[in-house]
Amino acid sequence: MTDQHVDLLIIGAGPAGLAAAIAAREAGIESILVLEREKEPGGILRQCIHNGFGLHRFSEELTGPEYAKRDVDRVRELDIPVRCGTTVLSVSPDRVVTCVSPEFGFSRLSAGAVVLAMGCRERPRGALCTPGSRPAGIYSAGTAQRFVNLEGYMPGRRVVILGSGDIGLIMARRMTLQGAKVLACVEIMPYSSGLNRNIVQCLQDYGIPLYLSHTVTDIHGRERLTGVTVSRVDENRKPVPGAEICFDCDTLLLSCGLIPENELSQGAGVELSPLTSGPVVSETLETSVPGIFACGNVLHVHDLVDHVSAESFRAGRAAAAFVRASSPPAPVFTVKDGPGVRGTVPQKISARPSEDVSLMFRPADVYRNAAAVVECGGQEVLRKKAMIYTPGEMAVLTLKKEVFESLPDKVITVRMEGEKQHG
Amino acid sequence: MDKVITCINCPVGCRMTVTLSDAGAFVSVTGNTCPRGAKYAEQECTRPLRVVTAVLPVPGSETPLSVKTSAPVPKELIPEIMRVLGKTSVSLPVAVGDVVVPNVLQTGADIVATRELSSR
Repeated sequence: MTDQHVDLLIIGAGPAGLAAAIAAREAGIESILVLEREKEPGGILRQCIHNGFGLHRFSEELTGPEYAKRDVDRVRELDIPVRCGTTVLSVSPDRVVTCVSPEFGFSRLSAGAVVLAMGCRERPRGALCTPGSRPAGIYSAGTAQRFVNLEGYMPGRRVVILGSGDIGLIMARRMTLQGAKVLACVEIMPYSSGLNRNIVQCLQDYGIPLYLSHTVTDIHGRERLTGVTVSRVDENRKPVPGAEICFDCDTLLLSCGLIPENELSQGAGVELSPLTSGPVVSETLETSVPGIFACGNVLHVHDLVDHVSAESFRAGRAAAAFVRASSPPAPVFTVKDGPGVRGTVPQKISARPSEDVSLMFRPADVYRNAAAVVECGGQEVLRKKAMIYTPGEMAVLTLKKEVFESLPDKVITVRMEGEKQHG
Repeated sequence: MDKVITCINCPVGCRMTVTLSDAGAFVSVTGNTCPRGAKYAEQECTRPLRVVTAVLPVPGSETPLSVKTSAPVPKELIPEIMRVLGKTSVSLPVAVGDVVVPNVLQTGADIVATRELSSR
């Protein structure tokens, strides 16, 4: 027994879910419902008040809330219902979704197709195995961002940031502008994974030192954080004794990576990739479970929301096609990571893709004077040269749909060529 | 006088050496690989500009108002702009694009709202 049937059910009203909803409605699907855990749509963009979003899609630099508003406005214009304050509890392989909300209580919804658009989570302290006590004052950078930008609280006054990903860098500037003293940004790797622009405009502009090849090796304080010990690490990322620095601080922010949030996907029996931590998908963004699609950061962590939107429009169109025809083409080609390549999406491609196929991946290292190469059966299918490929920037290789008519083999390999920076 | 800066236009991140006259005027740049780098180097060493974003508390709203400068403003004015924002009061409702502070510090840029806040 279910309470309601919809043709397309979308989980998450961030940029991915909104784009999927827009594309499906524009493809003619009338019955769509978007479920959102927060009290308003927009996802993580709501708290990303800095600018730099939308350069690819809109050819202008928007702040996160402004980017989100464009999709939210379009969803309203198309009269697509978004049920906010709703937490999804489970998704079954036959597309029955259970959820709870203050307004509707417990509901069971059946769906013709489901789009998973739940986004990602930050790697928490527990996953970093940092020693020391467990006082208050330790937050993930995104949690601090939410406190400052959406809830109007300052998490603390004297701050150390562990990890130099973009969210950590952005928060170094935010905390400084709102009156805190950011003492240091500490990065275990010999290079930052953040954008040059953020290193310059978030750290250097405010005189915040970046300690490369350093990590936090002790945490002090009982009730509230009183300080952290930072140690230099060797080339194997092991702390070097005698090279410790102590910082008096009341706040430690963690910016140590993002992980796709796939608890619901696993419950639905969706196969996950150990490389991306997201579902294994075909070029239509369909998972291993028929009629369940995935897009955005739940599939693989993106650096640009513009890419999320583009991917999610494709997922919305494909889900619409599934609702109408219910017989997606079976995957024929398998995409494999070659040397220097990690986590290529999609992992599978059908015999005759209906659109050009974008292969997205991260290089495993920094490559200079490099090329990304797609091969099949010993034959070079595509070569894309660039002065630099870095792990901090997702590479996108677009294969024309006609290419698939004449491939010599069923295995497609993506590999890197060029000068590796770190060996 | 020479100044070394990192280009922010793309992931290559060229390390560029900029030569300035004693008066601080731009003379030349080396180390860039494209014209965008040269343009950025001159701008950054003579008159660095930034878009400033921040949040303001708004009476009657649990959610603060996010704002930005409508155009890039001189970097050295950022602390003063934050002080101006600290003294700025906003009342509900607010729409995206509403001008919160016109022509902030005579820069020609306005402080504008980047989200909406409705009065309930």
